[in-house]
Amino acid sequence: MSAIEINGLEKTYSVGFWRKRPKCALKPLHLSVEEGEIFGFLGPNGAGKTTTLKMLMGLVFPTGGSARILGMDINDPQMKAQIGFLPEQPYFYDYLTAHELLDYYGRLSGVPGKELPPRIVKVLERVGLKDIRGVQLRKFSKGMLQRVGIAQAILHEPKIVFFDEPMSGLDPMGRREVRDLMEQLKHEGKTVFFSTHILSDAEALCDRVAVIHQGELRAVGAVAELTSGVQGKIEVVWQGTTVPASIKALGAECHVTGDTVRAVLSEESQDLALDALRRERLHMISLVPVRTTLEQYFVEKLKRSEKTAGSLA
Amino acid sequence: MNQRITCIASNTFREAVRDRVLYNLIAFALLLSGAAILVGQISIDIEKLVVINLGLTAVSLFGVIIAIFIGIGLVSKEIEKRTLYTVLSRPVRRWEFIIGKFFGLAGTLVVNAFFMAIGVFGALLYVAHKFQAPDGWVLVALYFIILQFLIICSLALLFSSFSSPLLSAVFAFSLFVIGTFSEDLRNFAAMATGMTKWLATAVAYIVPNFSALNIISSVAHAQPVASQLIVYNTIYALLYAGMALCGAVLIFQRRNLK
Repeated sequence: MSAIEINGLEKTYSVGFWRKRPKCALKPLHLSVEEGEIFGFLGPNGAGKTTTLKMLMGLVFPTGGSARILGMDINDPQMKAQIGFLPEQPYFYDYLTAHELLDYYGRLSGVPGKELPPRIVKVLERVGLKDIRGVQLRKFSKGMLQRVGIAQAILHEPKIVFFDEPMSGLDPMGRREVRDLMEQLKHEGKTVFFSTHILSDAEALCDRVAVIHQGELRAVGAVAELTSGVQGKIEVVWQGTTVPASIKALGAECHVTGDTVRAVLSEESQDLALDALRRERLHMISLVPVRTTLEQYFVEKLKRSEKTAGSLA
Repeated sequence: MNQRITCIASNTFREAVRDRVLYNLIAFALLLSGAAILVGQISIDIEKLVVINLGLTAVSLFGVIIAIFIGIGLVSKEIEKRTLYTVLSRPVRRWEFIIGKFFGLAGTLVVNAFFMAIGVFGALLYVAHKFQAPDGWVLVALYFIILQFLIICSLALLFSSFSSPLLSAVFAFSLFVIGTFSEDLRNFAAMATGMTKWLATAVAYIVPNFSALNIISSVAHAQPVASQLIVYNTIYALLYAGMALCGAVLIFQRRNLK
């Protein structure tokens, strides 16, 4: 059984005050997420990521299609007890302390009252907020609120966690911690579905990703599958600050950083470049084929879909 | 009541209790009750009448202001600040959220009314030096004021479920004003003819009948309250608030939280 099964879910809004006209936010979406995987939902701003998440959470009603989570309907309260959700740029009741807020959410999720205090302490420690007892949320920074948001999403130990832009508002250290947390959740057997436009996070974390643009699904697959295209180029890195003329003559793009040089050149020039390095007695550090990054794949996909949309118009 | 409704209600109560504006309003209402003592002292022989009139009017008016002030933001503020997203993504049904909010606000108003009533009875004791049997009817008047609060709460929630806080405030306050004069509206309907009669009658029956719930004047004159009126008013207020809440639930059930 898939953890999340989306069958033709779509959403069209009516916009305009007097003369209402339809605006498609999400074209029929078919998607399946397996249990225990970290699934990245990628797309630029306004692509339809949040709309999809809101429909899965029962906050927005779809105009067509259906979806099942853990084999249950998306409006089934039993299903909702088994999922956690972190909305984009979360805002919480600022008159509460983090403990009070988590107590409130825990009770709403059906966690027994006796179990709540130790769970709250544990989850706050897990998100790096153990010393904030008695402080109202109105005094929290954006990053701290994001951590509280993550805490409320995992407090009731859900089977699936939905994160909408979980890294937004976090400093590099915080982002790293969230990435580690998501990996821990995966090791605990939980499914993580998160939307992001920060591709490095998706590349580092996801088992599979889906790319959505202008409300339409453009690609789904494992990151390695999507980025498997070898560009026919190699990257050579050596120690030093000089670029031999013979390597320049091969048409290499060279960048000197500190005491290393990084050169990208065609695969056919590999042997000639290695000969040149040996001749000059330069110490080679690495030689790897240049692969498509997720970012390159993503940008390429978006450009292509925009071109298609332009030609159809 | 299920745990989720209790939880939402207690959080709504906690929100109101931690709102400083609420304390300003209560302080102002108590001040007005205190002022009743001064006015009472310069009103020869009718001190009690003035204290009861002014005191209960302050309880009613400030309670309604608090009900509207808090009630109009109960749903719209949660949507606007997106706090609702993390509530409705849990096993909470939309109707449970509305009912929880209603009980939370109603509870806040009952507690407020209790403290303000202590102020009124304190003022009464100060001017009369002792309580007399007819003073018990003041409690009935307070009970009717609480019934008014229930209706206002449900109306504020109804408007809050589909419109902005400002519009909700305008709607709720307009209904309160029209409802206060509903008896006059009925008298006008009885005298009018044709289309005007139909229209005035329809409006008089649609708006809440706050005239029937206002017995401050008769209680101030130590007149007893018929037990039938207590039963009728209770049924009326519960039915009216129930219908307004059903309307709020029906609207909120279909609402997309963009």
